[in-house]
This record gives sequence, C-alpha cells and structure tokens, in this order.
Amino acid sequence: MAATEAHDDHGAGQSARAVFRGITHDVTSIALTPIGKWWYPAFGVALLLLGLLVVAITHLFQTGIGIWGNNNVQGWAWDITNFVFWVGIAHAGTLISAVLYLFRQDWRTSINRSAEAMTIFAVACAGIFPIIHTGRPWFAWWMIPHPNDMGMWPQFRSPLMWDVFAISTYATTSILFWYMGMVPDLATLRDKSKDKVRQVVFGLLSLGWRGSARQWHRYERAYLILAALATPLVLSVHSVVSFDFATSQNTGWHTTIFPPYFVAGAIFSGFAMVMTIMIPARELLKLRHIITDAHVEAMCKVTLATGMMVGAGYSIELFTAWYSGNIYEWFTFRNRILGPYAWAYFIMVTCNVLVPQFFWFKKVRTNPWAVVGLCILINVGMWFERFVIIVSSLARQALPGQWAYFSPTRWDAMTLLGSFGLFFTLFLLFIRFGPVVAMAEVKSVSPAAHAGKDDH
Amino acid sequence: MATETQTPADEPLPPPPLDGVDDHGTFDQPPHEELHGLLAEFDTPGALIAAARKVKNAGFTEFDCYSPFPVHGIDAAMGIKPTRLPLAVFAGGVVGLAGGLFMQWWMNAHNWPWNVGGKPTWSIPASIPIAYETTILVAVLTTFFGMWAANKLPQVWHPFFRIERFATVTDDALFLGIEAGDKRFELQQTKQLLVAAGATHIEECYVDTRPEQTQVPRQVWAVLTVVTIVAIIPFALAFKARASKSSQPHWHVFSDMDYQPKAKSDQAFDEFSDGRANRGEILGTIARGQLKADTALYQGLREGAWITDLPADIVPTMAVLNRGQERYNIYCSPCHGYDGGGHGIVPERVSTYAVWEARNLVASNSIAITMANGQLYNTISNGYNTMMGYAAQIPVRDRWAILLYVRALQRAQNAIRDELPANTQVR
Repeated sequence: MAATEAHDDHGAGQSARAVFRGITHDVTSIALTPIGKWWYPAFGVALLLLGLLVVAITHLFQTGIGIWGNNNVQGWAWDITNFVFWVGIAHAGTLISAVLYLFRQDWRTSINRSAEAMTIFAVACAGIFPIIHTGRPWFAWWMIPHPNDMGMWPQFRSPLMWDVFAISTYATTSILFWYMGMVPDLATLRDKSKDKVRQVVFGLLSLGWRGSARQWHRYERAYLILAALATPLVLSVHSVVSFDFATSQNTGWHTTIFPPYFVAGAIFSGFAMVMTIMIPARELLKLRHIITDAHVEAMCKVTLATGMMVGAGYSIELFTAWYSGNIYEWFTFRNRILGPYAWAYFIMVTCNVLVPQFFWFKKVRTNPWAVVGLCILINVGMWFERFVIIVSSLARQALPGQWAYFSPTRWDAMTLLGSFGLFFTLFLLFIRFGPVVAMAEVKSVSPAAHAGKDDH
Repeated sequence: MATETQTPADEPLPPPPLDGVDDHGTFDQPPHEELHGLLAEFDTPGALIAAARKVKNAGFTEFDCYSPFPVHGIDAAMGIKPTRLPLAVFAGGVVGLAGGLFMQWWMNAHNWPWNVGGKPTWSIPASIPIAYETTILVAVLTTFFGMWAANKLPQVWHPFFRIERFATVTDDALFLGIEAGDKRFELQQTKQLLVAAGATHIEECYVDTRPEQTQVPRQVWAVLTVVTIVAIIPFALAFKARASKSSQPHWHVFSDMDYQPKAKSDQAFDEFSDGRANRGEILGTIARGQLKADTALYQGLREGAWITDLPADIVPTMAVLNRGQERYNIYCSPCHGYDGGGHGIVPERVSTYAVWEARNLVASNSIAITMANGQLYNTISNGYNTMMGYAAQIPVRDRWAILLYVRALQRAQNAIRDELPANTQVR
C-alpha cells in the first residue's frame, strides 16, 4: 500500500527536494560565499569595542578595582549590573530553543540557532564580570572545588557559590545543546564546502554525521531530553542570580518576589535582544523568507507578555514595601522613586513598562524597524532595572552616615562598551562562518518533509 | 496487506542507472575492492518510508536510511527500537544529585566542618541549589556523550562517503543503504528489491581493502603525536619545578601586594642620612610606658646593688604564689623539673646523647639559693650561662611570681623536721 502511493505524487517530491535545496542554499551560501560589504565595517567596530574591553581589563588587573567608581558603600555597581544584564540576555536563547521546543512551537526553528548562539556569547560576556570584580581574579579557580595544599574548600552555603555552579552548568549545557543542534548543519557545510580548509574543519566538527535514521532516532531523543533539562535549568539560573540579592539582609534586595521577577525580566530582555540583532541580520543575510514577519510578531507578543510581568513585579514590590510596615523597606523604595536615582527609576519604568505597550498594535509589530527601536529601548530599560536594584539600594542603607552617590569612571564605561564588543565580535564571526539557521530543523517542519507520505 | 512488489502499471519504473554493471550482472571489480553494500536514492520522505518498510519486511537487518532531516515515521517502518538513552540520563541525574549532596556534605561538614554564623555544618535546604545544578549537569553530560557514543560518532569515515551522490544527503537527498554483510544480501536480487521499492538511483559501494587505504594516514598520526607532546610540556615543566631546586626567586605573574612601596624595620633605606629605615628612639625622650623608674621592680637593683627583699609592688600572697607556680610549670619546668631539681623533660631527653644538666635550683648548695632576690630575678629576665633570658616571654610581675615560687620550692625541699607544722610531722 505504501509503495503504491509513494509514486503518486512524484511531482510533489521534486518540489520537496527543491524546497530542501533552497533552504540549504540560502543558509550555506552565507557561510561559504564572500559576505556582503557591510560585514567588514561592522566587524571592525566590534573589534574596536573588544579592544576597549582588553585595555580596560588589563588596566584593572594591573591596578585593582579602585579604577571603577565602586566605593565602600557601593561594593557592587556596574560590574554586577552588567553581569545580571548579560545573563538575562542569555536566557531568551534557551527559552526559544528549549521551552518553545517542548511546546512544539515550530516557528522557533528559524531563530533558535541564532538565539542559542546569542545565549552562549551573552554567557561569555556575563561570565567575565563576577570574575573581574573579585579584585584578585587570578584566584577565581579557588571557587572550583578541588583538593589543594591549603586544605581549603568552597563555602557551599553562600549564594555566590550557587551562582558559580548555576552559571557554569548553564554555560556547559548551552554550549553542548548548541553544538549538538549544529552537528547536522555542520555536516551540510562540510558537504557543500569547496575549499580544503573548510572541508577539514567542518569535517572534524561534524563528527562524521551521515544522517542515518538510527542516528537521527537517538539524536532527536537526546535533543528532547536536553530541552527538557535546559528548561528547569534556565529557570533555576536566574533564580540563583536573584538569590545573590534576595538572601542578603539589604533593604530593596531582601525580597521573595525576586526569583520569578528576575526570570520574567530575563526573558523580556532576551527576546528584545534577539529581535534587536536578528531583524537587521535577516535583512543583511537575506533570510527574510526564513525569519518571517510572523516570527517577529510572535516574539513581540512574548516580549509584551513578559514586559507586563515585569511591570507587575515592580508594582508588587512597591506594594509589599508599603504593606510590610517596615520603615526601612519603605524608605528604600520611596528613595528609588524620589531620591537621587529617580532619573534611573523613571528610565526603567518608561522603557520596561510603557514601551512594550506599543506591541499591542499589529501595525507596530509588523514594522520591523519600529520593533528594533522599541527593543533597543527595552534593552536600555533592563540594564537600568539592574542598576536601580543594585546601586540605588546600596546608596542609602540604614545608616545615613554611610550614604553615598555612585559615579562611574571611564573604566566602567569602557568595560560595559567592551562587553558589547565581545558579544558582537563573536556573533559576527558566527554568522560569517557558521550555520546561522538550523537547516535540518527548518526542513523537518516544512510541509515538504511529509511529501509522499500515506497519511498526509 | 498489499503485495510488496506490486507497482502501478501506468507508472513505469525509472531504469536504474546501474553504473559499472554490465548486461549479465557481473562487475569489473578491482581485485583490492570489496563490496560494502548498495545505496539507493529515493525522491520523497514517503517513498523512503515505504521502501524501508519493504526492506525490513524482506528480512533485512543490516540496513539504514539516510536523510537531511529526521524523517518522521521511519522508525516504525525500519523497526528501530526506542533508545534506552532516557534510562542512562535518569541514572546520570541520580548520580549528579547524590554526588552534589555528598560533595557538599564531605567538603563543608566532614573534611572541614565549616562554622558559618553558628549554623549547623550540614543542612539540606542550603544544599539544594547546588545539588539541583549538579543533577542537571551530570544528566546533560550523560545525554550528550551517551548519544554520541550510542551513535558510534565521531566516525570521520564511512564507506558511503566514497559515493559522490552521498554528499547530498545533508542537502536534499534521501537514501537507503543495505550492507553486503546482511545474510539476506544477494547483489542482483537486492538490487531488484530496491528498484521495486521505487529507488530512483542505485549504486554499489566498494571499500578499498589495501592496507594503505584502510590505515589511519601518516599525517594524522604526526599531528596527534605533536599535539600529545605539546600537551605534555606544561605538566613536564610543573613536575620539573616540583622536583628541582632553584636559587632564583619564583615568577610573580601577579604580585599580590608582595611588593609594596614601603620600608620594613632594619632594612637599608637611602632616603635617611644614616641609611637605615629604622628611625630608633628620639634623643632626650622616653616613650609612653617605658620610663621604668622603679629599678627594684624592673631590674632587681636598688642603688646599684641586688635587692634581697622584694620590690614594694610585689606582695607575696597565696594568689601570687599560685600564679608563680602556674608560670613556672609552663616556662621553667621543661628544664628545671616540677620540683626544681633539674630533671625536666629536656635534660632527660638530651641525656640519651650527651651529658647536660639543668641547674638544680633547690639543692642546699645551689647557687640559686644563695643568690639575692634581685640577682635571681635578673637571671630569669636575662639568663645565666647557657640559659636564655625570658624577659621577652614573661611579664615583669609574673617573673617576680616565679621567683617567689622558686623560693617556696627551695624552702620546701630544704625544710627540717622541726619547721613542719605539728600535724604533718611523722617520726
């Protein structure tokens, strides 16, 4: 019966192969043919910013964290703000690749590869800050439990150690998930490459993948398992990051709402970042038919939803501070709104609560450049959210004699800008040389993947 | 069930381009080549599934399908059993959980019980976040490496890679490969089966059995050897450093505040005219608390002579004597013995190898008995013959307390019967 029908739609079969070939061609030609001229100036700017990071960190290592604006009161400032900002950015990638996979949201396949890449590059940026803010970063390896001549073990009841485990597990899982997802596409690049160097490099990276059904079977199961493991992981990672604050006794930090509120904020900022970089990228790489306006619209809706959750978080935080009757807690929140950092608070509320409201309108959601503009504002707002939580809370704790105002130095600014340099350098290299879109997955969710089947 | 070989009459089979196969079905096979199997190409996922079912039903086991994406529905057609990977992942998760908990207990509660603010050294709630992360980490590593191991990858070479068309398997093509090792395999019949199953193209796949073709190329060995040697170098340097001595100061990549722009006492320092960092005392001044005008108390001297009584500040009470006994037992008894007889643990030990005796403080002819109080105090402070001074370790009043205790020992050791209290006298 199967055999009889297999030939009936022979014509459709031809077009199915054409569909697959088209996907392969559109994606591999980005990596295998000379890229557009826009890439070189963009890469130059990214490298320049990366250079700033190298200079800033070198000076930091030589001199110490006194080069930053941190002071006795603000032991944490831009360093940890940047850390939480970048970890948050990372989370959207995992959400898109793992959570949406579990929910069988097929539209994710067009963006999951670049979102996963974004996750890894953002984790790389995030990982820098906790290490360099320790003052003597060359002892950072002491955080890894290992037998040593000092007989010294890490203190596992510190949330900062939880952070070490959460972030390193997250980085490991993200890299393995990303790489595993890429192997079939690396094999495609291997088979499409014409020059020897690429053939060898992609040949080694693709591990000899030959698309065998028995291998696909285990591969798909492993992919599902990794998605199922990455989902609770991503929720735990930003919860653990929020424990850094929530388990302390500081007013403004000691809040049980932090874990869910941080996770929502992470997804919010991460989706905004995905759109900020993928909308220009799809234009430049001519992938508009793969990453369509429908995909952008879906992401806008997720951003709107998580933005509302963040807004709810702000309101509940304020209400709880007032309702608790704790004058110190209430003071901290009044100080956020009325104190010396009021400007930062209002940037945060404007960008994170008001700006996403534009996504209610289909006109806005379907205008890619309006979306990019709004997403950049959201990214600014989410950076300020962490700044407000960290700096404005520390600036005025219970003892007025210890009040202070934080002013960043040029080294703070260089480090932040430099982290963007690292992020964009890695991302531009990836879209230049790697498989930007998960070709195998896009093929498998295309209607052509079911051509010639009995039940379709 | 429909007959497997049935084909619609109006759909003529595409003639299989049997490269290298002549009309009689014999192949001009080079003597060093060996048949690996047949590779058949199909047009649509549906056709591939149908062919896979047909090949399976024909009794083949050594066959596989190849596609640029996972073809859904092919597992059942090929009879692929569900992988047992989830079981391995579950085991990995359990190991991660147990390992994470054990690590925290062993390191923070057992090997080095760590007191943090008086909290119990071991408690489950504070250990949950890390145990949660290790659970996921080990499960993820098991999934990743378990999947590749079960798939027997990495395997950089496969016989089908010799077939040019096979490069399109990662692009748009769908293949079914049957290995010659299958017990049902018979070249012509199997080929007919694949044709009947709807293959658009069939190719024979040969492997070159010549040793130079089957062995790992020399260049690969060269690269591996070089990489191995280079990888050993850092470890070799570390081992050399541990096993050898050097008069050079070690490298300070990070100075860790070891070198600071400051002068320590007794260092040379050119900025001062005397070339010393140490500034000493300023002439004509006395530092606070350093006057020490009571020479009897501090030096045991009054008008240049050893005192025979006690300084005015030292009152011989029972409390002072007890203090003296305690200090004596700490500082003096190691040499002079608890009874002052000179049989402390140090001379006892030394006597094995050499003859050296601590002074008997209590013998009736001992110089320690005839010394004036002031001189005995000075001896405790500054030493006598081979004995070092204890001024640096024992405060002034404790030295006087020790002196009083030594006097008590001397009195006790040299007591005569009539001096003892009446109720302690024995005949």
